[in-house]
Amino acid sequence: MEFQSGFGIGRIGIGNLKMLIKGKVHKFGNDVNTDDIISAKYLVSTDPKELGSHCMEAIAPDFAKKVQPGDIIVAGDNFGCGSSREHAPVAIKGAGIQAVIAKSFAAIFFRNAINIGLPFLESQETEKIKEGDLVEIDLGSGIIKNLTQNTIYKTQGFPGFLQELVEKGGLMNYIKEKENKNV
Amino acid sequence: MGYTIAEKILMAHIGKSDIKPGEFIEANVDIALGNDITAPLAIEQFKKSGTKRVFDRDKIVLVPDHFTPAKDLRSANQCKILSDFAAQQQIKNYFEVGCMGIEHALLPELGLVGPGDLVIGADSHTCTYGALGAYSTGVGSTDLARAFIDGKCWFKVPGSMKFVFNGKLKKWVGGKDLILYTIGQIGVDGALYKAMEFCGPVIRKLSMDDRFSMSNMAIEAGARAGLIEPDEITKKYISKFKRKFEFYRSDSDAQYDKVYEWDVTDLEPLVACPHLPSNTKLASELADVKLDQVVIGSCTNGRISDLRISAKLLKGKKIKSGLKLIVIPATQKIYLEAVREGLAEIFIKAGGVFSTPTCGPCLGGHMGILTEGEVALATTNRNFIGRMGSPKSFVYLSNPAVAAASAITGRITHPGAL
Repeated sequence: MEFQSGFGIGRIGIGNLKMLIKGKVHKFGNDVNTDDIISAKYLVSTDPKELGSHCMEAIAPDFAKKVQPGDIIVAGDNFGCGSSREHAPVAIKGAGIQAVIAKSFAAIFFRNAINIGLPFLESQETEKIKEGDLVEIDLGSGIIKNLTQNTIYKTQGFPGFLQELVEKGGLMNYIKEKENKNV
Repeated sequence: MGYTIAEKILMAHIGKSDIKPGEFIEANVDIALGNDITAPLAIEQFKKSGTKRVFDRDKIVLVPDHFTPAKDLRSANQCKILSDFAAQQQIKNYFEVGCMGIEHALLPELGLVGPGDLVIGADSHTCTYGALGAYSTGVGSTDLARAFIDGKCWFKVPGSMKFVFNGKLKKWVGGKDLILYTIGQIGVDGALYKAMEFCGPVIRKLSMDDRFSMSNMAIEAGARAGLIEPDEITKKYISKFKRKFEFYRSDSDAQYDKVYEWDVTDLEPLVACPHLPSNTKLASELADVKLDQVVIGSCTNGRISDLRISAKLLKGKKIKSGLKLIVIPATQKIYLEAVREGLAEIFIKAGGVFSTPTCGPCLGGHMGILTEGEVALATTNRNFIGRMGSPKSFVYLSNPAVAAASAITGRITHPGAL
């Protein structure tokens, strides 16, 4: 349950740990923006639990209540477009979501997710995944198993530098290690 | 093979003579910017890291502009985190209410950013400074925390897309319409992970204020940056600043992922309809849209020329009874200019509100929140569901002339139709 620690960065088991993530799917469409994920009115807080309790409120009012710890978001193109607010991936983690699968991610959300260690994968087959499906993600191989539909979707792993960031558990750990090496 | 302006600026900041799109680099930034929403998270991370001093106190800029003047106790607490950190780290570019402005209008105005700079900001509209020929991009709070520590940031070198604007702009059409047109054509992810480059004869004649409006909304197409090669207009704008700038231009054989070339001679003022900036229609087609509120301001269109064109239309007129007009100059300097030029008086006499600088209503923060069913036309940059308040409200986006004309009629109005 390393991923329910909110903003505290859990280890993502790509590479050595072969981390398996299993959870129920919450489905969203294209262009889910950061105002959808966490409305600006809640940005007076940096607390993951508080932010998580308002996650997706404007477009899916019951979302935060429905999420079971360990669930997974599956979305279409351009997930996380809009503002740079890191509160968005923090809110997603704070709500109890373990990983996000989307066709594509907006650039700032992408780097924020990498930086804080929110696991995510890009897959072109997200429309095949249905609300409530049980899926298992192997972050090591990038393979998504849809246990409900008994199908497999292959995805690409992260390129070298990003993989390193992910393996270190986010940007701050990466920097820390780099600093220690320089001492 | 040549390089684009984006590639050249990135190369200069890693001390290499070659770079390729898709490559990951770690570069030294010239400026790292944060605001009252994003900086507290960065400061928290910085403190957790155990680092004592920021890498360079002159290269960090902190602007409390989103929920300021502090709208409530919790935002006051957020702002206090910034002011305490600035005092403790002796950061001179911290701008308290009274000398502040909306960050993306303020930094260029003070010459803190300019041609050739590599700028990161924990705010998505940091892409605004691309208008000056800087590589300038939005990042997150953790990126900002890291930059506080060692002055570096990681980048994936973006591919570039070129947008050539030919022809001559009609009256009432400006930078805002050009960028809305562009986003309308390519969509909100049409330039995902790319550096957009705006060029052509129309851009060369465009004022700096209009250029800022264009680069500002590059993020609304998903882009990492929105660049304009510096020219005489840029040079004039930065001439008052003492510091040195570097002027980069794209090589004639630079590689682009895509090139769009448009003749915009017939372009008319555009409006982005709810709930995406790409959902553009002609202002003249939307006369049936009744408005409850008009907002003129923001990092997109809160500059002096935006206020001048609005005031010109509103002079001696009254806004539609029952409509709320909120005018927000982007910086204290612009505010003072608007007072001196009599613009503030025009807005107030027309029945509008003239506010101190703040991002306020643009992101549904304060100073003009919409309730259920209300409809606003704003010169801001996003019209997502619930952006300005209730998820059941509606936001349309336009240039300031359309906004001012519409405030008079109470419906979306082409300024030429007044």
